Amino acid sequence: MRSSLSDRTGAALLMAPLLLFLVLAYAWPFLGVVKWSFTLPTPGLGQYDALLTDDLVQSVFVRTLRIAAIVTIVSVAAAYAITLIWVRGTPAQRLIAEFCILVPFWISVLTRAFGWVALLSNRGLINTWLQAIGFISEPLTLVRNEFGVIVGMTHFLIPFAVFPLASAMRSLDDRVLLAARGLGSSRMRTFWSVFVPMTRSGIIGSALIVFVFSLGFFVTPAILGGGRSVMVAELIYLRIFQSPDWGLGAAISVVLVLFVGALMALLFRYIRPKQLV
Amino acid sequence: MPTYRPGPISLVIAAFVALFLLMPLLAVIPVSLTPSRMLAMPTGELSLRHYRTLIEDPRWIDSILLSIRIGVVSSAFSTVLALCFSLGVWMFQPRFTAALVGFVLLPMVVPPVVSAITLYFLLTSISGFSSFFGYDTWLGVAMAHSVMTVPFATVLMLVSLSQLDRRIDLAARGLGATVWERATRVIMPNIKFGIITAALLSFVLSWEEIGVTLFITSVNAITLPRLMWMGLRDNIDPAIAALSVILIIITVLVLAVRSFIVRLRAV
Repeated sequence: MRSSLSDRTGAALLMAPLLLFLVLAYAWPFLGVVKWSFTLPTPGLGQYDALLTDDLVQSVFVRTLRIAAIVTIVSVAAAYAITLIWVRGTPAQRLIAEFCILVPFWISVLTRAFGWVALLSNRGLINTWLQAIGFISEPLTLVRNEFGVIVGMTHFLIPFAVFPLASAMRSLDDRVLLAARGLGSSRMRTFWSVFVPMTRSGIIGSALIVFVFSLGFFVTPAILGGGRSVMVAELIYLRIFQSPDWGLGAAISVVLVLFVGALMALLFRYIRPKQLV
Repeated sequence: MPTYRPGPISLVIAAFVALFLLMPLLAVIPVSLTPSRMLAMPTGELSLRHYRTLIEDPRWIDSILLSIRIGVVSSAFSTVLALCFSLGVWMFQPRFTAALVGFVLLPMVVPPVVSAITLYFLLTSISGFSSFFGYDTWLGVAMAHSVMTVPFATVLMLVSLSQLDRRIDLAARGLGATVWERATRVIMPNIKFGIITAALLSFVLSWEEIGVTLFITSVNAITLPRLMWMGLRDNIDPAIAALSVILIIITVLVLAVRSFIVRLRAV
């Protein structure tokens, strides 16, 4: 393409407003947060030192990684099952699967967390029913603990795990499956030895997306964890608003960004961005 | 037509997953009809009092109106910015395009809580100069929402531009159209579906935004999700169930209409 002066000014004029907006409203204040992490309350590396030594911070990091790992495994497995129907079921099955994936996807995180509170709380549906049929006498504690957090996060993240899997399953060449069947492989064996390995890029992509999302998750753990099962994002919130310790909150944010950045770099080494959608 | 259909085992597992996905959405329906003032299953009679609360209590109405205002302003702003940026990328294909697009997508990939603390820093800094544009003001929230929605709008625009045939633009150019004419009379009419989708998605994302909003509002700019949050954390207000049912019904209707339109276009 010819690159005349007017072309370059045209491109600059069109692209500058958004770039300027994000530099001023996003990049610059992020550097401000980085500055907080080195200067509040006293200049130096004190906050990063605290990250490595503070027992509370450490336990929150460990809990976050543990919850993120469990949620990733469960969500990807569940998403795999429903994506299989969405991509390869009969037309009626596909319609139902699509409905079950897209409706929760478009409903706000608060509504969905609230739905789980309504189901799992002491006077919620599950405990009411179990008590009515005499299965239990005391309500089970299903919410305001790690179990509730994992259930709510898995529910939120399954639709996100579906999309990379669906694109991997759609691009799979059916003739390979026919060949496997033709060579005498059973349906089970074709699935585990041919179908699943060939959708590997989708599995890796969706696992990384779910894992990265879970690390910075705020709303669902805060509501379903009820302050007992604090994850990293909620810890940042508490450090900013409840025990004003902006420096530590900022330092945790910086570490979180670096960690997520490293994971994203890993993601793009495995799959090209276009394959994700 | 796929030759390889899922068997009974995968159907059963998928049915459980589908049930799991729909369960919390169905659970709010009975709770919304409870006559009790607290979160509980209705025993015996049903009541619409929590739906009435939504219409009568000014707190709910005010926050709904505020969320609509913020959604419209931030959606318009981010749609215009994303449209200009994407047109620049598509028409001129400047150097460093990949890096610039990557930069624009940052608010979408950075953990929301980090964006939240970043925008908190921004708005509290602005508050030092201005009382109507900064922390806990509706304009501040609208700007923060624009930061968060603009990557999504840009992605949608770039996707719809990538499906556009470059030759129509080359033809317009060969016939002597100016940059302005090419953009407004040739390219934009051809991606209007993408522009509308981007504006709608930006509105929806702003309408339900809570992670960032929590950090940048306290008592004045109470958006609808912020009000729901307050009702969820303290003692759980069944009016939230009523509101949730309404939001779920709207979502289902919109998706049904959309899939109907997609089917019509495909025929």
